[in-house]
Amino acid sequence: MSESIALLTIFVLAAFVGVEVISKVSSTLHTPLMSGANAIHGVILVGAIIVTGATDSTIVMIVGLLAVVLATVNMVGGFVVTDRMLEMFKGPGARKKELHK
Amino acid sequence: MIPTWAQIGYLVAAVCFIVALKALSSPRSARTGNLIGAAGAVLAVIITFAAYKPNHLAPILIALVIGTVGGVVGSRRVQMTQMPQLVALFNGVGGGAAALVALLELGEVSSDATVAAIASAFTILVGAISFSGSVVTFTKLQELMTTRPVTFPGLPVLFIASILGGVALSVWLVSDPRVWVGVLLCLVGLAIGVMLVLPVGGADVPIVISLLNAFTGLTVAASGYVLGNTLLLVAGTLVGAAGTLLTKLMADAMGRSVFNILFGAVRGGSTLGAGTVSERPVISGGPEDVAILLGYANKVIIVPGYGLAVAQAQHTLRDLVEELQSRGVKVDYAIHPVAGRMPGHMNVLLAEAQVPYEQLREMDDINGDFKTTDVVLVVGANDVVNPAARNSPSAPIYGMPILNADEAQRVIFLKRSMRPGFAGIENELLYDPRTTLLFGDARDSLTKLLAALKTV
Repeated sequence: MSESIALLTIFVLAAFVGVEVISKVSSTLHTPLMSGANAIHGVILVGAIIVTGATDSTIVMIVGLLAVVLATVNMVGGFVVTDRMLEMFKGPGARKKELHK
Repeated sequence: MIPTWAQIGYLVAAVCFIVALKALSSPRSARTGNLIGAAGAVLAVIITFAAYKPNHLAPILIALVIGTVGGVVGSRRVQMTQMPQLVALFNGVGGGAAALVALLELGEVSSDATVAAIASAFTILVGAISFSGSVVTFTKLQELMTTRPVTFPGLPVLFIASILGGVALSVWLVSDPRVWVGVLLCLVGLAIGVMLVLPVGGADVPIVISLLNAFTGLTVAASGYVLGNTLLLVAGTLVGAAGTLLTKLMADAMGRSVFNILFGAVRGGSTLGAGTVSERPVISGGPEDVAILLGYANKVIIVPGYGLAVAQAQHTLRDLVEELQSRGVKVDYAIHPVAGRMPGHMNVLLAEAQVPYEQLREMDDINGDFKTTDVVLVVGANDVVNPAARNSPSAPIYGMPILNADEAQRVIFLKRSMRPGFAGIENELLYDPRTTLLFGDARDSLTKLLAALKTV
């Protein structure tokens, strides 16, 4: 039971951290933020690897591998696309350099 | 079961995620923040391999490579205008993965672990909702199906019945964790997801993406609980909390409640527009007329919309603005919070065209300036300057904060046709005697306008 309470405590505290961290994000960055948060939940990949790696059943393994593929697409794609968006938010310095090319 | 060093490693990864979200709050640190998040994710995966020593290592690695290639290719190829649907798709596959993991976890849940069984049932149901909902969202944004709300008689009844069925199956699953009940629950979840998103109108779809994003976060957190994995718990909860708040912020920007967005069409009062083209007279002009209006103005405000992005006209617009500025005209961009198809989407699109930040001004900041503005140039936008949101309580968008373009001396619309905007509502401002319309593709019109401007 104490482990359940510990996990519940982590859950509640993390919820507050999530709200607190986000409430200060400028609306300019809402789209990259959504995309970044989206990439973070791709960490379900960890769960997919654990479940797939622990099984002896072929069916479970196949479904688990499918979950690994989906979760990887979520995670990798999410971070790459967020980076692509943010790449465009260059400072004035970087922009000048490009104009001089 | 998990060694201490791995626990500490997971903690480091969780901190990376928090720092990443925090760093996204400033344009200066955002990109670094995203990289920190990615580093945390890579660390988490490496620790998982080292600590759990999974069997079937080769197939798992192959699956990882396939997923990586898919993710990189997908996100590299996509156009910036298609960003919202890509985020929807990534969210969907994440939700799908969470549901599959939860289904497989069922084999490990013993019947006395009630809380874990509840968490599994939640993940299966909500993960499936998130998956199918995201797929419908994707097809709407990609315009593979109509962007209008879709309802059919009996939808509310079927929807409520499905939810009750989902709850009943969840209870069953908790008392008797069998995989086939889980599969049934998954199917019900898929159906609920489709029915949840179908009645949502095109303009409101981004808010649904954000909501489904939060859903997926919560399913990941529930998975973390079942597996006793603190990293999944923290990361999922972070995304769940952040996504919920973001959804509310987006809904606020449109002056709607999330409930109204989701269920408005079912109750008959949502963004269902007339969708007909009016026969009323409008004043249209040629590029030269518009160029004169712009060239001899003191102060111009540009209102960019999704149409600008679709026509890939951001760069041409920037050239036009630079030409105006070289003539001494003061030019600002007025960015509505939901311009484009997501909050901040327009900022991304204009940043792509290397428009300086300082010229991008948010709605609350610039709305007082319209009174003293000579010309407002609306490029590919419609709903965000529609005075019906302020004046006509019967309009579906009534209450949505808008840019006060109608307070300016003159208004110029660059439009493809008289077709109503994404929300499907007629815009009175188009028929105003102070309004001039320049018909054509946005990039075409802007190019002609730029050429004309150089001669006046």
